[in-house]
Amino acid sequence: MEESPSVKSKDLNVAEEFEKSGMKRMANFVVIGHVDHGKSTLMGRLLFDLNVIDQRSIDKLRKEAETIGKSSFALAWVMDQTSEERNRGVTVDIATNHFETEKTRFTILDAPGHKDFIPNMIAGASQADFAVLVIDASINSFESGLRGQTKEHALLVRSLGVQRLIVAVNKMDTISWSQSRFEEISQAMSTFLTTANFSSKGITFVPCAGLTGENVVRKVQTSDASWYTGPSLIEALDASEPGKRHIEKPLRLTISDVFKGGVIAPISISGRIEAGSVQVGDAILAMPANETATVKMIEVENKPVDWAIAGQIPTLHLTDIDPIHLRSGDIVCTPKDPVKLINTFTCKILAFEHVLPSSVDVFRGRLHTEGKISALLARLDKATGEIVKKKPRVVKPGEVSRVTVVLEKELPLEVGTRVVLREGGNTVAAGLLEG
Amino acid sequence: MRLERSTIDKHGSGSAILIPEEPEDMWHAYNLIQPHDHLRARAMRNVKKESSTGTVTSKPIKLDLTISVISTDFDIGSGQLHVAGRVAVENEHVKLGSHHTLDLELNRRFTLIKGVDSKGGIWDSVALEMLREACETERKAELWAVVMGEGTANICIITEHQTIVRQRVEVAVPRKRRGGIDGHDKGMEKFFSTTLSTLLRHMENAKSTQQDTEKTTPLLLASPGFVAQAFQSYIKAEATRTMNKTLLALVPTILVAHSSTHHVHALKEVLSSPAIMSKLSDTKFARETALMDKLTTLIRQDDGRAWYGPREVERAVDKGAVGRGGGVLLLSNALFRAQDVGERKRWVKLVDKVRDVEGGEVRVLSSLHESGKRLEGLGNVAAILTFPIEDLDEEDEEVVNHAASGEEMVI
Repeated sequence: MEESPSVKSKDLNVAEEFEKSGMKRMANFVVIGHVDHGKSTLMGRLLFDLNVIDQRSIDKLRKEAETIGKSSFALAWVMDQTSEERNRGVTVDIATNHFETEKTRFTILDAPGHKDFIPNMIAGASQADFAVLVIDASINSFESGLRGQTKEHALLVRSLGVQRLIVAVNKMDTISWSQSRFEEISQAMSTFLTTANFSSKGITFVPCAGLTGENVVRKVQTSDASWYTGPSLIEALDASEPGKRHIEKPLRLTISDVFKGGVIAPISISGRIEAGSVQVGDAILAMPANETATVKMIEVENKPVDWAIAGQIPTLHLTDIDPIHLRSGDIVCTPKDPVKLINTFTCKILAFEHVLPSSVDVFRGRLHTEGKISALLARLDKATGEIVKKKPRVVKPGEVSRVTVVLEKELPLEVGTRVVLREGGNTVAAGLLEG
Repeated sequence: MRLERSTIDKHGSGSAILIPEEPEDMWHAYNLIQPHDHLRARAMRNVKKESSTGTVTSKPIKLDLTISVISTDFDIGSGQLHVAGRVAVENEHVKLGSHHTLDLELNRRFTLIKGVDSKGGIWDSVALEMLREACETERKAELWAVVMGEGTANICIITEHQTIVRQRVEVAVPRKRRGGIDGHDKGMEKFFSTTLSTLLRHMENAKSTQQDTEKTTPLLLASPGFVAQAFQSYIKAEATRTMNKTLLALVPTILVAHSSTHHVHALKEVLSSPAIMSKLSDTKFARETALMDKLTTLIRQDDGRAWYGPREVERAVDKGAVGRGGGVLLLSNALFRAQDVGERKRWVKLVDKVRDVEGGEVRVLSSLHESGKRLEGLGNVAAILTFPIEDLDEEDEEVVNHAASGEEMVI
């Protein structure tokens, strides 16, 4: 006997509904950069000046921060909420927040800058349409960042498919809005970013000061900065074109978090919809567990809705599934067109470091698994993709090659997926799955 | 392992009577026993008897059996070794040629005879070296390690020759969300308590098989970020709260280290870090890890001073490049477990040539260690040369990677 579905579907044509709704455009952006360059503070400031966070909460945070002698961290604590993050003064995990301007609804993904938490940063970057790269303008900070995560993060977001980049040159107040320093940094970064395959059209440089809030939402007032006539950070964000949405394709959602949403929602997931749409009452399939569930409720930006489409980061409240079948990194898809599980694939990689056949960590969004490069198949020409040398012994940084990767267990991966390969805390290569 | 008596002659045939004393000895036995060797051990066998009235009764009896080995099966988790073969010496209960599987057990002697079957191997230099290593009596280094991240922990035991993942602990820890901080902290608390109780259970289990129960094995905690430190403080707090004796003894032995991920292969960075190195200085693991690091650095330089892959290495040895003054030949012991005797002979020949003729150094890495697994990725054999040779890989179009896929995977 078939059970009657516990949740009734409205059977909406989501694509049409979306057209009709005349919804503001949506964009998700990831905030990246070296540790301590002020990513979280800048975002805290942005939210505060846009009145997403009220004065009372900020005062409360400021008081708490002062009690442990870190008053400058108050704004960052808007994003950094766990006790660990606050005690240590670094972001550990992605923080998500929302705000809107007249034209666009934005979702902030505030990434950790510390080297150890690059897995979390990759998870954030894989959900983003574009990126904000925060750079500390003060002497030495910029230089040490460029050797460190400024470089690695920029390379990573590029290889994860992000093409548009806003470079926020932060902490301008500490160098009294020096124009020459701003230009020096812009120059150095432009050179680096173009070699990393960013087109110069896609890059905007914005000087700002997260702690004081100059040129973030309101324009800079000091006379030191009279030389600057360009956009403020929020204007630059607004000028960004969000990426294409694949609404018509079958549903693909990468789970970034599994949690207990409350008494009425015992099991909830959240994550970005990469393609397709989902509506209340839909049956979904969680891979690799291969278990179905029913969508009971959908929330977008903490408000209940009837449907969600590609590009959004909804929270889905589910029924008819055991929580053990859901893990962050899993893929939710439609049972009609499921993702296949594979454990061996070939991919085209761009090497950041020397690549040898060895064990690597394979990243795809939240997914993070052990695997190994079992064979180097060929070195390819960077421009044409033609085979230059078969079976190279070692792949050098900057070279493009085709390799075989064997995973420890079967995972839902599709052709065209972007993966990142890391070894021993360093990003070795970024790749595009070929089959 | 204790060697009770050996009668190995200079041609490499003869027998060795061995008593395995600790779980790791099973691993040595697994590496020593080859197909076509003869193995004698105590066995239980159901023997059918027909009485005068024609009824058949089956009764298990204990007897010593000698079998000619066909295959071996080693269960890494439980450390059990099963050796299948055909009976080679007939007795009153068992006919010649009937099948039997011997289960080797701790503290139960067995006799290994090589060189009796022309198809089989002999006590070659590699086998003798393995035997010597297995019977080393000095106290062996041992270490518990927990490689962890938020929500995932791999509990492993590192011994002289093995890294065994005892258990993987996974607890769903909710991520931080607006207004949902409690979930994260509670989740971490639950994760720590699960990990600790699992770890203690495994430690208890391990102790029960040891003679020396007073000894506390040191514990290594490694993680990216701050999870390992947090877990250390959790253990300390638990120890003082519960006044648990084992736990209190454990606290001072804890080492905390940094690793880049929660995966087991991150152990290689932990064990090659200077702080840990100095504490473990002379373990086989640490030495091998350092060697593998040196090898990969040289391969990266791509100046022809290090090569990997069976053919390339053989060619390098032929050219006399793996000799006195820095030449090192690295092999995985998986090569010597080859079912094909010819294959084994090929590698033994190479080892003998490098060690005895060329004067180079030979290292046989355990395939159960991280270093051995790294070598497995490179085709199980690699060499550091004394002088650079270019283009050893020319005219080498077919794939020579059977070893990597044919060998059983651990974990």
